[in-house]
Order: sequence, then C-alpha cells, then structure tokens
Amino acid sequence: MPEAPAPDGVPIEDVPRPIVQSRTFGDRVFRSISAGAAATCLLIMFTTGVFLTWKAFPAISATGPVEFLTGDTWQPDDEAFGVGGLLINTIMIALTALVVGVPVALGLALFINEYSPAKLRPLLTGGVDLLAAIPSLIFGMWGLYALSEPLSGVAEWMASHLNAIPLFRLTEPDVSLTRSTFIAGFVVAIMITPVITSVSRDVMAQVPRVQCEGALGLGGSRWGMIRDVVLPFGKSGIVGSILLGFGRALGETIAVVLVIDLVFQPNLNILEQGSGSISALIATKFGEAQGLEINGLIAAGLALFIMTLIVNLIARAIVNRSKLTG
Amino acid sequence: MTVELERTDTLWLEDSPEGVFVEEEVEVAGVGGPVVLDEPEPPAVDPDVPFRPSAFGPSDRLEMLLAAVSGLAFAWALCLVMDWSHPLTFAIWAIVWFVAGIYVTARARTSKVVAMDRLVTTLIWLSGAFAVAVLGWMIVFVLLEGIGGLVDDLPRGQWVARIGAVALMVAVAVGVRWRSGRREAAGSGTVVTRLLPKVVGSACAVGALVVLLPVINTEFFTADIAEVGPLDEGGGIYHALIGTLEQITIATIISVPIAILTAIYLHEIKGRLAVPVRFIVDAMSGLPSIVAGLIVFTVWVNAGRGFSGASAGVALAIIMIPIVTRTAEEILRTIDDGLRESALALGAPQWRAVVQVVLPTARAGLITASILGVARAIGETAPVLLTAFGSAVTNYNPFSAPQADLPLFIWGLLREPNEAQIARAWSAAVVLLLLVLVLFITARVIGERGARQRTGR
Repeated sequence: MPEAPAPDGVPIEDVPRPIVQSRTFGDRVFRSISAGAAATCLLIMFTTGVFLTWKAFPAISATGPVEFLTGDTWQPDDEAFGVGGLLINTIMIALTALVVGVPVALGLALFINEYSPAKLRPLLTGGVDLLAAIPSLIFGMWGLYALSEPLSGVAEWMASHLNAIPLFRLTEPDVSLTRSTFIAGFVVAIMITPVITSVSRDVMAQVPRVQCEGALGLGGSRWGMIRDVVLPFGKSGIVGSILLGFGRALGETIAVVLVIDLVFQPNLNILEQGSGSISALIATKFGEAQGLEINGLIAAGLALFIMTLIVNLIARAIVNRSKLTG
Repeated sequence: MTVELERTDTLWLEDSPEGVFVEEEVEVAGVGGPVVLDEPEPPAVDPDVPFRPSAFGPSDRLEMLLAAVSGLAFAWALCLVMDWSHPLTFAIWAIVWFVAGIYVTARARTSKVVAMDRLVTTLIWLSGAFAVAVLGWMIVFVLLEGIGGLVDDLPRGQWVARIGAVALMVAVAVGVRWRSGRREAAGSGTVVTRLLPKVVGSACAVGALVVLLPVINTEFFTADIAEVGPLDEGGGIYHALIGTLEQITIATIISVPIAILTAIYLHEIKGRLAVPVRFIVDAMSGLPSIVAGLIVFTVWVNAGRGFSGASAGVALAIIMIPIVTRTAEEILRTIDDGLRESALALGAPQWRAVVQVVLPTARAGLITASILGVARAIGETAPVLLTAFGSAVTNYNPFSAPQADLPLFIWGLLREPNEAQIARAWSAAVVLLLLVLVLFITARVIGERGARQRTGR
C-alpha cells in the first residue's frame, strides 16, 4: 500500500526505526537453538582441523615434516610418506584447468550478462547451475570414455608442433599421451567453469547500468564498454572467482582418479601419461591401507585441507570485499 | 502526476529497489468521493532490460556467412592436404579461420574499433556455444552409453513405434497447451481453454507411461549383484538404491535443520557469532568432498565403529550444510522487511515472527534449497567411499556393516576390466544422472512458483 502523503504532498520516506524490545522466554530459547546450529558449523570445521592434525601426527613425525612436504616416495613399509611430488602434480592439474576453464567461464559470464537474448538468460543460468550439480563421477566417466581419445590427439599435435614450450615436451618419443595431467586438467576445467561463471557473473551484474549506458552513449562499442566499465569494476570479483575455481580444482577427486595414472614423482611434462593429486592418492590407496599408512593418508588429507582452506578464504575475502564496495 | 481513483483501480507500486513494478488491485472502501494518490509513471520498458543497440545489419550477416563458409572450406582443404582425419582438428581449424575471417573483413570494411568488437562478440558467442555443447554432449553421451541396460531387448520396429507414440503425445500436449495459452492471452479464454491443457496433459502423461513402462528392465531395479558373476547377465542396483535412499535420508535429517537454523541465525538474529559463522560456512563450501569423508572416517569409522551407511550420511550432511545454508540465506534475504516489521508491530515476539511469518513465506525457497543440497550430495563418491565403503549385498541396516549406494556401485564396477561390468556402470550412471536432473528440475519449478507467490505475480 502506498503511504499517506505528507501535508505538503511529499511522500514520507520509508525508514525502519530501530526496534527496542525485551526478549521473551520463547525468544531466548529460539535464539539459543539457532546459535547452537550455527555453532555446530564452527564445531565441524574445528573438529576437522584438530582430528586430522592429531591423526596425521604419527605419520608426519615418522617421515619428518620436511621430507613429508618435499619427498616423492610413498613406501609405507619404510615409513616414508612424501607428498611433495603429488602437491606439484595437484597444482599442475589445477593450473591446466584454469588455463582452459577461465576463458570459457568468463566468456560465458559475459555472454549471459551482456550478449545473450533476454529470453535465453534464465535458461543459460539454469544450465550453468545444472553443470555444477552433475556428479563428479559422471564427469570422470565422460572424460575417460569420450574425451581421452580426441584429447590425446590434440596432445600429440601439441607435442609435435609446440615443443618449443618446455611443458609440452616429451621425455621419450613413444610415451603414451593418455591418462595425463593435460586430460585431467581439461575435465576439471569443465567442472570448475560453473563456479567461476556464477560468481563472476554476480559481481559483473552489479556494474552500475548508468555507467554502461554512458559508455555506449559516448559511442563506445560493446567491447569498449566491457573493457572500460565492466571489467575494471568487476576486476577483484573476477580474481576472487578464479581463486575459488582454483580451490575447487585442487580438491577434485573422483574425476581425476578415473582419468589419470597415479605417480608420486612430479611430472612437469603435462602431456605425458602419469599425474597425480592428493585426493587421488587418498581415494586410490585407502582401500588396502593398514596401520601407519592410514595416518599417512590422513596427513595427506590435512595438507589438502590446509591448502584449499587458505585458497578459499583468500578468494571469499576478495569476492565479499568487491561485493561490498560495488 | 496525480490520478483520481474510483472504488477500485489499478495502480503501479514500486516494490523493490531494483524497480520491479507490481500491478495490484487496490480496494478503496468506505471513502466518500474520489481519492487523490501520487502515482509513479508506469514504465514504458522493463527497467531490468538494458537497452542494447543492434549494430548487426544484413551486410554483417553476409560477412559472417562468408567467413563461416570460407572457414569450413579452408579446414577441409587443410585436412585434405595434410592428411588429417580427426573431426576435432577440422573443427579447430575451421573455427580459427572463421574468427580470423570475421576480424579481417570487418577491419577492411569499417574501423579497428568495430572489428575488435566483432571479434570479441564472436569469441564470447563461441564460448557460450561451447559450454552448451559440452553439457549437451555429456548428457547425450551418458544416456546413449547406458540406456541399453535399462530396457528390454526389443526389435527395432517396436522401438520406433513406441518412441513415435510418445513423441506424438508430447506434441499433442504441447500443441493444446500453446493454443489455449494463446487464447487465454488474447482474452477469449473459457473453461475449456483452462481445463483442456490439464486434461490432455495428464492423459498424455498416463499414455506415455503405459507405452514406456513395460519395456523397462525390471530386474535392473529389483536385484542386487551379490550372486552375479562378473561375466554373467542380469543383476541390478537394488542394493545401491536402498543405500542411496537411507544415506540421503540421514544426511537430510541432519543437515537441513542445522542449515536452516544457521541461515536464520545469520539473517534474522544476526548474533555475535554471525561474522565467524559466515566465514566458516564459506570455508566449508570449498571443503574438498574427500576431506569431508576423511574426517568422518577419522573420528568415527577408524575409531572402531566400522563402515556404515549412517557415517556416509554424516559425511554427506557436512557437504550439504554449506550449500543449503547459503541458498536459504539468499531466500530469507528476498523476503520483504515489511512483513517482519508488521509481525513485530503487532506485538509478536521474534520467534513467532520468524516461525509464523518469515518461514511460511520462504517455504518454497527453503524446499528448493534442500532439494538442491540433496541433488549435490546424491552424486558424491569420494566421501561415501571412505565411510560406507560399498558392498555387493543388500544391507538394509544403515547403522552397521558396509553399504552400497549408486556412486559407489558405479565406482566399484568401473575399476573392473570387463565390458559387462562397465556396461552396468553406465546404466547405473544413467539412473544417477536422471535422479540428479529430476531433483534439479523439481527444485527449480518449486522455487520459481514460490518466487512468483512472494512477489505476488
């Protein structure tokens, strides 16, 4: 309902006044139940950190913390647990995923916001959300059975034509080009696309429309408007969304396990067979692990937990700040 | 601008800061004489849709067509000369030549600025098309690989007849709906146009079920694989369905109340813990799913209690909590503050305002949030691998002994080097994918209906 006009005909502005109210017993119960639920979330994360550290300790102390983080041997019988090589491979997969996924994800975000016909827009946002909801197992199966073969063809081409770049060189001529970092990175790229697209789209949708119209009104092309108004405005949000995608890529498990062959040595020739990730290690070795090896796997999980936690918190901080200032 | 209102009239109200205009019937009862009200100008265009000049004329269309043709021709010639046969190679070269062609022609005909704009537009359209193509390719690939195990072996003619019948019924239902919708929109709607689409739609749905249900391979849904050798025919996913059902139920019972209460804490109460809790929920939503499994494994399974369906439920709940909390908080944010203030102004304590006003208004949205959480959790493999472990026999008791579920069933079969098992895995993957799709679409439909109710449209 419209508010009644003030005597001079100007409508009274609708500002909620602060409510001062003594809390009833019911209110106190309600507030403590909700606070309890909220505290449960804190408890879960706290327990995760404490228990993983506690159970990881025997394995890390048996190997030595430096050896654990830099070594590349996994010999449970010799109490040697080194995840250094796996850490590097994990990061290589995630970086490959970013190189492939970021242009597509940002292009898709811009397409939905600025280019697509208005009728298509809800369908496309729905499609992006659906892509995020499809199980990682199905991505992995698709990657293994549908994507591996054509991509190994692409890898062959890159190895023979782009071998000026060290990453694309092969150690020996007849090495197999399936089950590699490159293919895993490609599958993960498609999985992190929805995260990057939806977060960066949200940020870029907050650009003041007036500035966009202004840029167009001054005779700028649409690309000019995006380059000079939308991208500068959304810069930090885009960076944050990419970091979020990076965090997601670091922790991706099942799709990676299905597509790669697990090796513990760092493999910087990304087109070659043999790659690895911490989560792939846990999923692969977990079935037959005994005794101290279980602690070793928990230690690897702790390393993954800390790594993704740091990346995610930085990313969230950047995204939230860009939303506040925007 | 002022207008004179008769006893009832239509009036434009500015409903939200984004400038969504809502048409509302206003009763002006018991007022002697006409009332004068301030009325905002009805918008000529929907303010949400920005004005975009179209600089795409017939000559541009011709240019684009020429670039496409030359791209295809170039790629074809290149593949012929270099003796490349892979379709992907062909596609890459065709696209590269097409994009380059667009830039070069636009550069020659107009200016650098326009050419650059054209280039970027093409690239962005291509990335949109690429994403849609990948999603479609994946869904179709999974369906084609796995559908064979879900249906009985029938002669081809039978298939053509059955699929044709279903297609015909869908066409009839859509056609009737469309015609009636047009007549309704034209203002000549009657009882017939309102009821006919519903009657025809449900008749067609029943008809499609009658045609399709008999061909479904019932054994696949009602048997487990305990007694089935790796090379045998038969066997099914019954044990996995039971496991999925029980684990998801446990996960939902644990996570949904915690998540919704947390959302209420974050948005309605805004207590002292709000900042750290939001921080932690953000951190949780980025938690790798395998770590969620690992923590339950460490605290529960490895502490002497063994693998069980319930521990898988707890691990899935850890994954669901942040998803449901974030969506639920978004929903609470869309609810008009006026509703809360009216309840408080009537003297309701905060808990009654939340329970009797806010939550009923948000109900559809909260259901959507929960279903989306379920859709995400149902396909998770890594956490259930560490907690339920998987099993070939049907285990009804979620509180003891390893239990299977759909992702674990697929995961177990994929690691066996034999065609029959892989084929079973694909069929189960189709079931999983369809489950996720159905959940996702249900969530969307409920959510949209709820949003329409909330805004009164």
